[in-house]
Amino acid sequence: MGSLLDSLLVLVLVLNLYALGTSRIAVVIRVVALQGFVLAALPLLAHGEIGAESVIISVAAVALKAVIIPMMLFRALRDVQIRREVEPLISTGASMLLGGLGAALALAFAKNLPLTAHDGHSLIVPAALATVLAGFLLLTTRLKAISQVLGYLVLENGIFIFGLVLVDAVPLVVEIGALLDLVVAIFVMGILLGHIRREFSSIDTRALSALKED
Amino acid sequence: MALALVLIPALGAAAALLYRDNHRRPWLLVAVAVLHLALTVAVLFGAIPAPDTAWLWLDPPGRLVLGLVSVLFLASAIYAVGYLRYRAERNNAVFVAALSALLTALTIAVLSRHLGVMWVAVELAALVSAPLIYFNRNKRSIEATWKYLLVGSVGVAIALLGTFFIAYAAVHGGAEPSLRLDDLATTAPTLSRPWLRAGFVLVLVGYGTKMGLAPMHTWKPDAYGEAPGLAGALFAGGVTSAAFLAILRVLRVCNAAGEGAYASSLLLGLGLFSMAIAGALLIGQRDVKRMLAYSSVEHMGILAIGVSLGGVGTFGAMLHLLANGLTKGVLFLSAANLHRGYQSRFTTDVSGALRGMPVSATLFLLGFFAITGAPPFGPFVSELTIARAAFLGDQPLTGALFLLFLLVVFIGMGQTVLKLCFGDGPGPTTTWRDRVATTAPIFALLALVLMLGTLIPEPLSALLHENVTWLEVHP
Repeated sequence: MGSLLDSLLVLVLVLNLYALGTSRIAVVIRVVALQGFVLAALPLLAHGEIGAESVIISVAAVALKAVIIPMMLFRALRDVQIRREVEPLISTGASMLLGGLGAALALAFAKNLPLTAHDGHSLIVPAALATVLAGFLLLTTRLKAISQVLGYLVLENGIFIFGLVLVDAVPLVVEIGALLDLVVAIFVMGILLGHIRREFSSIDTRALSALKED
Repeated sequence: MALALVLIPALGAAAALLYRDNHRRPWLLVAVAVLHLALTVAVLFGAIPAPDTAWLWLDPPGRLVLGLVSVLFLASAIYAVGYLRYRAERNNAVFVAALSALLTALTIAVLSRHLGVMWVAVELAALVSAPLIYFNRNKRSIEATWKYLLVGSVGVAIALLGTFFIAYAAVHGGAEPSLRLDDLATTAPTLSRPWLRAGFVLVLVGYGTKMGLAPMHTWKPDAYGEAPGLAGALFAGGVTSAAFLAILRVLRVCNAAGEGAYASSLLLGLGLFSMAIAGALLIGQRDVKRMLAYSSVEHMGILAIGVSLGGVGTFGAMLHLLANGLTKGVLFLSAANLHRGYQSRFTTDVSGALRGMPVSATLFLLGFFAITGAPPFGPFVSELTIARAAFLGDQPLTGALFLLFLLVVFIGMGQTVLKLCFGDGPGPTTTWRDRVATTAPIFALLALVLMLGTLIPEPLSALLHENVTWLEVHP
């Protein structure tokens, strides 16, 4: 099962780069949904045997990360009526390059991490770190509020991957609680997106600059 | 029985959403607060056994914060009755429900025995705070809520990664992996050091964002500036204390693992940096609520410095946790009165408040003296204790910088407060007047701050000492 797990993790990394390299927001939502779907399969593969706990986490992850959250984001996107990210702080090509560099560094760095023998052979930890980095990149370089929400989601996906090495230590309630918190956070952000759009006639975060020191 | 501490505010939140009467709804908050405080007192004095389950219990710092949160919530609840009566044109169902839910989340965070449960509770507190900041529904409050949500969510996400790193430290150490705080402290010597260190850094950054330690404080002036004053009081006294509690609990694990020196040096650095940044931004500040936000950044720095010094410093920090929380209640609520009375929070519009609104302005002025460390108030004793710990602990540079920053903050805040209270501006411009509901809770909080500065009751003093021994575990 190890090779299948690693192939899926490589797919997750490729999706990170895809999300970083495109400016069409609807495409990024689809990419993040697909990433959520791939992630949901991982708990079933990470431990050699399939227990009830990993099944519950998988089902919850598919339902929330691959279905409910993308649907909420598509609804928000329809409400705010924008199609693509314009003028990101750094070009999509450059952010893709940075994402790739981050993944390479994470892979190299993971060799030096003190991992247990079992985890040392899989891509879980480097993939988690690379995904967290990709999320940070999306968060900091995109200017549309909805793109920043997507960056936050990718960041959370990275943390979810890291959670795979921990199924024994982190109880089910906490995993599910973290997933539910994520849904509520996206829900609240989605509502707020609509309000931002109504008040400012755009969801460009550069419009959100009234509050500062003079 | 003690679990009713969590259930009562949760039911209160549900009731607030179902109850139709906009005028009487705020009284739900008072009912919740009174029951919560009664239970808290019963638990703290041992009349009711504290919860003792796998996930919830009550550790020594939890006792301190539970009392603080409960008292602050009662003060804010009484204030809310007066405030929401004035703003009767607005539907307050979501606001009241969110306040009650915030108390639920804070109580779970205080009672948690498990790092994961703690994390879920802090995240929940962050989410239910969003409608509180957004209460005024204008451009500025949207901007503040958005920044708060995004920065706060990323912050707690980092805290979750840190929690996972600590869990991995346990997995790698080969011990029975567990995120229960007492298990972690017992097995601490076997934890993998690099993962524990990295985990502490992430936890410090993550929960430090919620606390508002610089440089993760950027959301704070915006959120505190736009939120109604009573929400600000709960954020600055309650939410920040819960986040600090999370850091303390992980610090204890680090201490038990023999990594205390490393963790303390990080806390000391962030603490001094927070005080410096706050001091710089307080000079010439014209917005009263943003001034209070930077003051909160400063005091989070003081807490970090206090625990980093250990021993006497920890005693001072734990006392300061109470003193700062209660004084912030005085300041935010009285500033909210002035804001309502003058319809402005800027010193350019408000002056001569001592004549215009004598009660609130006097309370605000006394609160200012208290928070900047003037005797005979609580923060004076706690700040002096921390300074003493620095000089006694052979860290004269830390002590000197600490005193210097306190002085800068005093001067910076002083300018703003003096302009506001004295001067010959016109009187209040709205129909808001000081009433019993909106001043009595402030008097009560101020009396407690005064008590902390003059005579610390014996049980409290014992609890503070218990906190010091709790934190200072050695491998």
